[in-house]
Amino acid sequence: MARRLPLCETGAQGTERGGALSAIVEFDSVGLRYGTGAEVLRDLNFRLSRGGFYFLTGPSGAGKTSLLKLLYLAQRPTRGRVGLFGEELGDQPREELPRFRRRIGVVFQDFRLIRHLSAFDNVALPMRIAGRSEAEVEGPVREMLAWVGLADRASARPATLSGGEQQRVAIARAVITQPELLVADEPTGNVDSDMARRLLHLFTALNRLGTTIVVATHDLGLIAAAPGAQLMRLENGSLSDPTGSLRNPPLQPAPEAG
Amino acid sequence: MLGWLTTPVAERRLLSEGRLRGPTLYVLAIMTFAMIVVAAAGLALSNAAGIVTRGVESRYAIQINDSESLPRVLAAVRTVPGIRHAEPVPEAEMRATLERWLGPGGLGGELPVPALVNVDLAPGADSGAIGRRVEQLAPGSRFVAHQQVVRPLLRSLRVLQWLALSMVALMAAATSAVVVLAARGAFDTHRSTIDIMHGLGATDQQVTSLFQRKIALDALFGALAGGLLAAFVLVVLGGGARALAGDLAGGPPLTLADLVILALLPVGAVILAALVARAAVLVALRQSL
Repeated sequence: MARRLPLCETGAQGTERGGALSAIVEFDSVGLRYGTGAEVLRDLNFRLSRGGFYFLTGPSGAGKTSLLKLLYLAQRPTRGRVGLFGEELGDQPREELPRFRRRIGVVFQDFRLIRHLSAFDNVALPMRIAGRSEAEVEGPVREMLAWVGLADRASARPATLSGGEQQRVAIARAVITQPELLVADEPTGNVDSDMARRLLHLFTALNRLGTTIVVATHDLGLIAAAPGAQLMRLENGSLSDPTGSLRNPPLQPAPEAG
Repeated sequence: MLGWLTTPVAERRLLSEGRLRGPTLYVLAIMTFAMIVVAAAGLALSNAAGIVTRGVESRYAIQINDSESLPRVLAAVRTVPGIRHAEPVPEAEMRATLERWLGPGGLGGELPVPALVNVDLAPGADSGAIGRRVEQLAPGSRFVAHQQVVRPLLRSLRVLQWLALSMVALMAAATSAVVVLAARGAFDTHRSTIDIMHGLGATDQQVTSLFQRKIALDALFGALAGGLLAAFVLVVLGGGARALAGDLAGGPPLTLADLVILALLPVGAVILAALVARAAVLVALRQSL
């Protein structure tokens, strides 16, 4: 039987939200390797509570992006068991995966905007993929673009936007469908501190509405600005520090997170 | 499978590349043109073979070496049961025919010119029994089926007909191969868009519909262009073909049914392209998660 660590299944925020929370993500003895190389993720055992807010930290090359790929179903683990939204992913045929992906919002580190579409169309894409009509799409997309400060850039192509603006479009696209799980890879890497605070506020607001948030970041300021969040630290492909010393705020002084 | 016909406008924009850029349109135009022309030739040959076959299936010739006995033999042959019609070939016509081979004056005065009687048998007549009877009436004569004479020609026509059909099939296969390459090329070009769509929860069906629609439209325009060009060429060539067919077989080169078949070829090419594109994209998609 796989060992299960209670690394992230309880926390301040989760407790505040009302005691026993169901797990939205469950990893049991999960390992990942690319091709025939060494494992980039090893023996991951954790549960993320529904409605939790998590920061994923760790040095470059620790496997953060690989772990996020497992979370947003861009990869299948090479071993172990992954559960998502209470269902086993290993049992799911490929055709079922879109059903899961539509419940997950993703902010990619490199934004991954479609370059020939306008900001509006990029943000609207998840809704259109989900089959929403144009009448249903128009209002929420305009509102979201206004929220991230891009109301006047709705028709702009990504190439004409700054890095920070592109990142805000990517974030707007990730949250437009109010996903149950939001996964963000360095979401504030290209924005100024003021916009970073606004984005964190957006994440927090979404979290209050019930979205589980997982943010991979090196930005200690961002972590410090979310005192209710929990920390996951990856080192050499393994989740380390299961004692909770990296909680925010740390229970004891901890080395710089990556 | 037909979801691509109703792809919303906003989703169509996901594949940025405009039409008239990929190879599908041009290849479909050329292939459709060639397929129609080759198929028309094959159908015309088939019709000619049919007309020739029908024209000679009851026709025989009696070759009489002693032309002086022609009136007696002719009178006797006309009384044989099963012979519906017997008509001698005029001597002038015989000489003219032979001069094509021997040259003007080649016959001279000393070469004997055989007499020839064209005979039409009644339906169901026993050609073997009639042949034996004719030989009794005119010993030394030959009772020859026209079919036997034109058999090499008919065989050649059938071979050409099958060759045309094989070429149409080969061109369809080549078209499919090009569409597969075009679909894979488009797939690779739009790989990042597809990955993003997949990541946002797009199904294979949604992704496939975009490519299928794009390639089907390119194929449609290509097939239309190729079809119109082929129609023009066939109309221009039609006069000559009709004259040739008239000389050869005494009938029109293409029937109404043939024209319907030719008109359906571009439609078939478009459907084939759409199905092949769908299959190619689905195979490529299944290689990803």
